[in-house]
Amino acid sequence: MSVAELVAVRRARALQTRAENRALTKLTIGPSRWVRAATLTALVVLAALWLLPVVWGAITSFKHEAEAALPASWWPSMGWTLDAYQQVLSNSDLLIWMWNSLVVAVLVTILTVLISAMAAFAFSQTLFKGRGLLQWLTIAAIMMPGQILIVPLFRQMQALGLVDTFAGIVLPQIVAPVMVFILKRFFDAIPQELLDAARIDGAGSWRLFWTIVLPLSRSILVAVAIFVFIGAWNNFLWPFIVTTDPQFMTLPVGLSTVKNAYGVQYAQNMASAMIAALPLLLVFMLFQRRIVQGVATTGMGGQ
Amino acid sequence: MTVSNTGVTAPPGQAPAARSAATSRPGTRAGTAGKSLRERDRSGYLFVAPFAIATGLFLVWPTISGLWMSFTNQSLTGTGSEFIGFANYAEAFSDPQVWQTLWHTVWFTILSTVPLVVVALVMALLVHTGLPGQWVWRMSFFAPYLLTSAVVSGLSAWLFQPDIGLLDTWLAALGLGPVGWITDENVAMFSIALVTVWWTVGFNFLLYLAALQGIPAQQYEAATIDGAGGWRRLFSITLPQLKTITGVIVVLQLLASLKVFDQIYLLTKGGPNGSTRPILEYVYDIGFTNYRLGYASAISYVFFALILVFTLVRLMPTRKEA
Repeated sequence: MSVAELVAVRRARALQTRAENRALTKLTIGPSRWVRAATLTALVVLAALWLLPVVWGAITSFKHEAEAALPASWWPSMGWTLDAYQQVLSNSDLLIWMWNSLVVAVLVTILTVLISAMAAFAFSQTLFKGRGLLQWLTIAAIMMPGQILIVPLFRQMQALGLVDTFAGIVLPQIVAPVMVFILKRFFDAIPQELLDAARIDGAGSWRLFWTIVLPLSRSILVAVAIFVFIGAWNNFLWPFIVTTDPQFMTLPVGLSTVKNAYGVQYAQNMASAMIAALPLLLVFMLFQRRIVQGVATTGMGGQ
Repeated sequence: MTVSNTGVTAPPGQAPAARSAATSRPGTRAGTAGKSLRERDRSGYLFVAPFAIATGLFLVWPTISGLWMSFTNQSLTGTGSEFIGFANYAEAFSDPQVWQTLWHTVWFTILSTVPLVVVALVMALLVHTGLPGQWVWRMSFFAPYLLTSAVVSGLSAWLFQPDIGLLDTWLAALGLGPVGWITDENVAMFSIALVTVWWTVGFNFLLYLAALQGIPAQQYEAATIDGAGGWRRLFSITLPQLKTITGVIVVLQLLASLKVFDQIYLLTKGGPNGSTRPILEYVYDIGFTNYRLGYASAISYVFFALILVFTLVRLMPTRKEA
């Protein structure tokens, strides 16, 4: 079976499962109209509760600052305005922080996925002395809560001269032993015959990795990448520790300083929150399917 | 490129088959081609090297240097670095702030974990019933997870605002007095747990949803034919099938909650009156505000010991089950 055929078979199987699941959902709930109505009501109420703070924040961001300081109202009585957005965009480094966040998150994502996939390939498809020990160390590393390392890590970054640099923000974040194990589990399932045949055709390990293993693992790689990206974009503690210069701050860190500077400027606070929230919300809308599938395929679905 | 299970013949001058069989690991169909195994031997190091180096530099080394630091009186300003033995640890164990912030961390973990598991399960069960609008429900429940901590705390500070905030406005409409959401020592931690549930429940919800979609349809078909009603199917099929994933979610959630820092620091700075300050914030305060790196490291390791004990006790059995 060729690689293309193999991929096609996998796709077909995934489609079939999806169709089966659709049929199944009809069975998990009774046909009773009552039950359906109650379920729908519960869903609407919950969804409204969950969206409400964001919607309210969005409305506040379009109010005049004077009205934002009045008791909460849903409809701005003084009219809608973009003042808060103008103020925020011209008076703060919001756009710089967004750019920094994007650079940091993209770098972290690329580096993490690449080195994790390479390590997973080594653990899954190669044999070398000390492999068992390294795997054991990787498992141990999963249990290490990175947050407790802020003090020695900061010291290390000082010694290396990496405080207030992108390298200082990015590098400590690329160590993701969990991702190595998720990827390894996926690579283990690739038919060994396929790899052996390619080896006999003269393909070296690099060729195997790039032309067979990675293309066959596209779904899992995208899933891992999405989660790493979200994590890096939203990471607060480490960038907060390692940056002092506003020019190098990422969005979460920068925003936390604005809050202090403006005090009670609620419309502006909400405007910067909305601007900050927009990119990831757009990403989610575009990749919604993939993210949900990703949870399932990363094996975090727990089957 | 074609694959055949049989036609693999060993080229001359390669390692004997016995060796490849000996070095092959269980669970893979290795041992088919000796030469490939030899190739794998050499490339393995190259493939694992970037990850190993990064882990060594940014995880193993700080772990060791932090441990060393915890036995010194090192300061952020660079002065003093003498070995002082267990003095930092002795101080940590007699420091009421350590116990207090540790308790805040545990209390937050208790307060947040139960709803984060239960609400996620309810959401997933409701969505999985296959009612129309899947996209909307998933979006609504998961969207807050995409917000960064600064946005979440900005939004919730506004919700919790006394008198003019949304929650107090609603309460006033019901004739109820204002609540010191984040200003009352007795209420603040509950408010933070509330915000945290709203913010992060979407991830657990997706985990549950994925697990639900993995339950074989045949089981439901069979049960329906046997005359099982909706509730019966829920309690006899769905919930038992979710046992494993529930164990995983509980452990992941406990570990995540124990590391709480962002939303508390941004929302209350640990106040009012230190009543919400978690241990990570105390580490930050001691290390970066009081410049006592050695003592901050010692507190970190006390905290690490707690997490490690918890992980070893709780995670090991789940690993075996899975």
